[in-house]
Amino acid sequence: MSSILVFVESADGRIKKSSLEAIAFAHAMGGEVTAIAFGNEVSQDELSGLGNFGATKVLHINDEKLNQGVIQAYASGIAQAMEKIGADVLVLANSSLGNPVSARVAIKMDASLVSNVTELPSTDGGFSVKRSIYTGKAFANVELTKAKKILAIRKNAAEVKELGGSANVEVFSANFNDADFSAKITSTEKATGDILLPEAEIVVSGGRGLKGSENWGMIEELAKELGAATGCSKPVSDMGWRPHHEHVGQTGVKVSPQLYIAIGISGAIQHLAGVNSSKNIVVINKDPEAPFFKAADYGIVGDAFEVIPKLTEAIKAAK
Amino acid sequence: MKILVCITHVPDTTSRISFTDNDQKFDANGVQFIIGPYDDYALARAVELKEQAGGNITVLNVGGVETEPTIRKALAIGADEAIRVNAEPTDSLFVANEIAKVAKDGNYDLILMGRESIDFNGGMVHGMVGEILGIPSLSPVMTLEIEGDTAKIAREIEGGKEFIEVKMPFVAGCQEPIAEWKIPNMRGIMSARTKPLNVVEPSVNQSGTALQKFVMPPAKGAIKMVDADNVAELVTLLKNEAKVL
Repeated sequence: MSSILVFVESADGRIKKSSLEAIAFAHAMGGEVTAIAFGNEVSQDELSGLGNFGATKVLHINDEKLNQGVIQAYASGIAQAMEKIGADVLVLANSSLGNPVSARVAIKMDASLVSNVTELPSTDGGFSVKRSIYTGKAFANVELTKAKKILAIRKNAAEVKELGGSANVEVFSANFNDADFSAKITSTEKATGDILLPEAEIVVSGGRGLKGSENWGMIEELAKELGAATGCSKPVSDMGWRPHHEHVGQTGVKVSPQLYIAIGISGAIQHLAGVNSSKNIVVINKDPEAPFFKAADYGIVGDAFEVIPKLTEAIKAAK
Repeated sequence: MKILVCITHVPDTTSRISFTDNDQKFDANGVQFIIGPYDDYALARAVELKEQAGGNITVLNVGGVETEPTIRKALAIGADEAIRVNAEPTDSLFVANEIAKVAKDGNYDLILMGRESIDFNGGMVHGMVGEILGIPSLSPVMTLEIEGDTAKIAREIEGGKEFIEVKMPFVAGCQEPIAEWKIPNMRGIMSARTKPLNVVEPSVNQSGTALQKFVMPPAKGAIKMVDADNVAELVTLLKNEAKVL
C-alpha cells in the first residue's frame, strides 16, 4: 500500500475546499493518507476534522512564520515530511501557492510532476494520469516515470465525501534555513468574505454587455442569491471595471464550476478557454449570433438589464 | 543588469487543436505559432527594465529549428541576443533542466518567463529552475520593480495579491499587467536579422513523464434555449435537469 502526502492550504483559519478535494482524491487512490498543514491559524479541530475526508494523520508545522505562503519554506517542509513518512506520492490542489511549491518539491525529491490532473490515476501498465492541456481544449494521458510522483489536481478531479472519523494531529518540526525565507512577503491585499473564484461551485460573469462598472450591482445580487463568485471577461478587467483576479479566460483565471453563467459576454475563444471545463454553462446575451451560445448548455437571448433582475427574482422564488 | 527571458513557441490562442499519428502528435498543419502570451509579458517587462536601467537581454527557447521565427520576433521586440537549445521539449523537467544549465553558465541577475505555457499549461518550469539553481522563484507575478539589487513584486493569489521583496538573482513567472505587449517596429525587425542566435545542444536530457496519447474532449450536447419572458423555466431546468441549484 502506498503512502500519500497531501499538502493542504488554509484561508481565514479554514482548510480550503480545493485541499479537501485533494484529500478525497488521495483517499480514492487507496493508500495511507497523511496531510501536511502550515502555520498556527488553523485550529486542532479543523485539522483533526480532515479525518472526515480520508486523512488518517496530519503533520502540522505550526510555525507563525508560515502563516503566509512562503514558497521555498513550504517546499522544504513538504520534502522533509515526504522523507519522514516515506511517501511515494504527493497530492495537492492546483493553486497560486500549490503550483510553485510543488515545482520545487519535484526537484528536491527527484519526482515526476504533473499539474492540471483531471482524473484518478490509472495503474495498468505504469502509473498514468489524464491532464488538461491547451487551456482546456484537449487532454493528455501521461505516464509518471520516476519512483516518486506529484499530482497537482484540478478542481472537481475528485468528489468530497464525508466519511466520518478523525485524524491524528502531530506537530512536525521541519528544519528551515535562511534561504527558505529569502523572498519576504511584506503585505497582502485580499478580498475577505467573498467566495473565491477558483473555488466556487457557481460563477456569475459579466462582460462588456453590462456597459459599465456601475452596473455590477445586479451581477453581485444574482451571485449572492446563488452563493456564487463573480467573474468577468478580459475587456472588463482591462478597462478597470473589475479587479484583475476576477478575469476569467486564457490569460486569467481558469474555472471549472458546476455552473457558469455568462452575461453580456460574446464568447471569444480566449474567454471560452477559461470556462470550457465547467459542468454547465448558461449564456445570456442579446445577440443571438454570439459565439458563446455554441459552447453553452442553456441560453437566453435577451437584454441583460431585463433578464438578470428577473432571474434573481426567480431564484429567490424557487428557494 | 543581465536578464534571461525564456519563451515558448506555441499555437496562437485562436487555434483549433487537433492531433495526428494516432493521437501521439500535435497537428501543426495550418496553425500559426506565436511567442507564448505570458512570455510576451515577461519579454515586454525585460525591455522596459533595460530601458530604465540599462543591461542586456538574452532570449532563450528550448525547441527545434522551427521555433527560430518566433525567437527572431523576440529579438525584434528588444532582446539583444538569443540562445536556442536544440531539442524537442518533452516536459517541464526537461525544459527546466536545460534553462537552468544556460542560466548557470550565463550568470544572469534576473530570469523571467511566462507563468505557464499555453500549450501544456504546466506552470512548473519557473519553480523547477529556481530550485535547481537554489534561488527564489515567484509566480504569477503581476508587477516587478527593481531598486538596486532588490525587486519589489506583486504576486497574484486567489482573491488578491501578495507583496514581496526579494534580492536578485531570482526567477519570476510573469502575467498581466506586468507590462504592455510590445509590437516590433521596422528597425527592430531589421536589426533582429543580424542579432546573434546561438544554437546549443541539450546537456541534461532528462524527463519525468512520458506522453501516452492526446485525447479530445467529448462533443458538447445541443443547447436548450429559454425564452427571455420565461426566466423561471431556466431556474427549473437548472434545478431539476442540471441539478446544480
